[in-house]
Amino acid sequence: MTQVANGSDTHTLSVYVANKPGVLARIAQVFARRGFNIDSLVVSSSVDGNFSRMTITAKGDPSGLQQVIEALRKLIDVMHCVDHTGEDIVVRELALVKIRVTAEERTEALQIADHFGAKTVDWTESSMILMVTGTTDKLDAMIGLVKKFQVIELVRTGKVVMARGAEET
Amino acid sequence: MVEKKTDGAQALVKCLEREGIEYMFGLSGGAAIPIFDALITTNTKIKFVLVRHEQGAAHMADGYARATGKPAAVLVTSGPGATNTLTGIMTAHMDSVPMIVITGQSVSWMLGKDAFQEADIFGITMPVVKHSYLVKNANDIPRVAREAYYIATTGRPGPVLIDLPKDVGAAACTADLYQEMDLPGYKPYPETIDKEKILEIAEALNKSRKPVLLVGHGAIISDACAQVKALAEKLNAPVVNTLLGKGGFPETHRLSLGMLGMHGTAYATKAVVEADLIMSIGSRFDDRIIGQPDKFGRNATKIHIDVDPSEIGKMIKPDLFLVGDARPILEELNKHVARLDTAEWLARLEGYKKKFPLHYKKQGGLKMQHIMDELYKLTGGKAVVVTDVGQHQMWAAQFWKTDGRLDWLSSGGAGTMGYGFPAAIGAQFGRPKDTVVLFCGDGGFQMTMSELATACLHKLPIKIIVLNNHYLGMVRQWQQMFYDDRKSGVDLEGNPDFARLIESYENGKGLTLKRPADVRKILTRALEYNEGPCLVNAEVVKTDNVFPMVPAGRALEDLLVEPPRQKMEKPTGST
Repeated sequence: MTQVANGSDTHTLSVYVANKPGVLARIAQVFARRGFNIDSLVVSSSVDGNFSRMTITAKGDPSGLQQVIEALRKLIDVMHCVDHTGEDIVVRELALVKIRVTAEERTEALQIADHFGAKTVDWTESSMILMVTGTTDKLDAMIGLVKKFQVIELVRTGKVVMARGAEET
Repeated sequence: MVEKKTDGAQALVKCLEREGIEYMFGLSGGAAIPIFDALITTNTKIKFVLVRHEQGAAHMADGYARATGKPAAVLVTSGPGATNTLTGIMTAHMDSVPMIVITGQSVSWMLGKDAFQEADIFGITMPVVKHSYLVKNANDIPRVAREAYYIATTGRPGPVLIDLPKDVGAAACTADLYQEMDLPGYKPYPETIDKEKILEIAEALNKSRKPVLLVGHGAIISDACAQVKALAEKLNAPVVNTLLGKGGFPETHRLSLGMLGMHGTAYATKAVVEADLIMSIGSRFDDRIIGQPDKFGRNATKIHIDVDPSEIGKMIKPDLFLVGDARPILEELNKHVARLDTAEWLARLEGYKKKFPLHYKKQGGLKMQHIMDELYKLTGGKAVVVTDVGQHQMWAAQFWKTDGRLDWLSSGGAGTMGYGFPAAIGAQFGRPKDTVVLFCGDGGFQMTMSELATACLHKLPIKIIVLNNHYLGMVRQWQQMFYDDRKSGVDLEGNPDFARLIESYENGKGLTLKRPADVRKILTRALEYNEGPCLVNAEVVKTDNVFPMVPAGRALEDLLVEPPRQKMEKPTGST
């Protein structure tokens, strides 16, 4: 599974940080001050509860990104920061899509869901929630198809990534 | 007998004393009372200096640190007490000055509830500190104090803030006062020096015929001055310095060209323009010294040595770089370099020195440069010089040749008006036996002159030279050059008589200087007065301009050695 090509303006960073109050604010400031917009951000506790793992995707020019990475590394609470942009790594994302479907539309909606390996996690007379996991492209494709129905709500987790084999995330 | 318990505030004071803090500058308030009380109950050796405004406290700690190489602490209360230090913290952060700022805070259960004098100082200061702590548990204090000192003083130094809620300061600290640090993400220096890279740099140097060494504040912080001198002499290479690099290499040395950049000497700036190699030692290629980044050193091999990896490639993409402490790097590098064939190059630069010398006229009114020149002669250059920000700062940088490593204090990155006077107070506390000279404009002096009380009370024999042109002179110069001389918001009408003002404080002495013929006489009297601060109100010409000048945003080769004849385009560069 390939990530966005190198030189693209979307970057995927994995940041390993101390699990302390204020860390997220320090990190967000590094991006904001340089005019980078954070597209997605996933934070959760790591195996060692004293540390957290952040996966951040952000847009901006590549030379500016190098400055962002160096500035992140400089933060006392940041253990390490790796740019995974363009690397062959495992990338996953999850989306919940709530769509309005009539009884007649239901079959087609389920066919789409089935094709993408999505699960139906809620089902009412007039709506259903589909849960899909996979790469960003896959999620985009399914969401594009179900737009023919009325999408009531959409929630995406943002990317989580992990380096393969012996590589460190 | 009941065993005496240590509370959080006492633990903080004891730990800072143990780390080596000698001076604490500050001003009290409700949330800080427990910490102030601990200054007495712990019988600490830390000397506390009461200021008149918290901004002054931060600048004093800054001045103390720059003049001694050791950090001082700032102690203020919550809310406005804390926010008043912000300018001082930002000034220290921009110039890599170590500082420990302790702010009292509302009780912890009121945080975020708009309690009286509550401010989120942890959040407010985040972009301008090296690190910060909001202490929630008194038992964390010994570790926090130790980490704060370590972080502030190592690698690229900077300010560290400790926000201490009142209840945490009052709570018992049962932890051992000596705690291990827990800083797995902080690596102030690389583990090893890359010897391959040293050899590459040496090879580049050995090939160069027109080298320039560029010395910045980092060389001073790293205490690499002897190594810089050895390198320059070994190579027989000319040296330029940044504003904060003054003293990193003796400016009276035959190889020194002085300061480069926007208001640097013409020969320093021309040397950088024509060089075939530029090696920066602890400078961050600030916009004041590089002019237009894409035109800087176009034909030169650029080498960057810096302890902060985030500086590499930030402004200038170097051909070679090495991250690390300048001193061990230069020690190693010096083993691999040889004398270069620079005779022709040095002769060319000598020609520039003769053709474009720094100059001023002693006739036609009293000039700031004349006063600086004369004071330099009277002191033999042996003084700690502190400046404020503006025209006088640039002239002082040009005319005062700084030789000593910790003898030049100036707000560079931040350009903080009001910095000079409190910084001079901090410097004098740190260097009681040395002559401290403050060059200050009438605008900047009025921003922090409330500290006259502090200076006079402690009988600090600072020589306060107020270079009074009744204008915000640097802005007026720009308005004259680029805005058809429309003077907007620069006329300092209503200045007090500064000489009389200081006389209203006990121990303060005021002198007035108006005529060029009196310069030596008045300055001599100022130097002779040591019972307290002596202020010389120097009524200088109102509309003198600083040259040479590289207009902001222009390339260094567009240097104006003399005032331009024609009207200038508005500058495109930052400020």
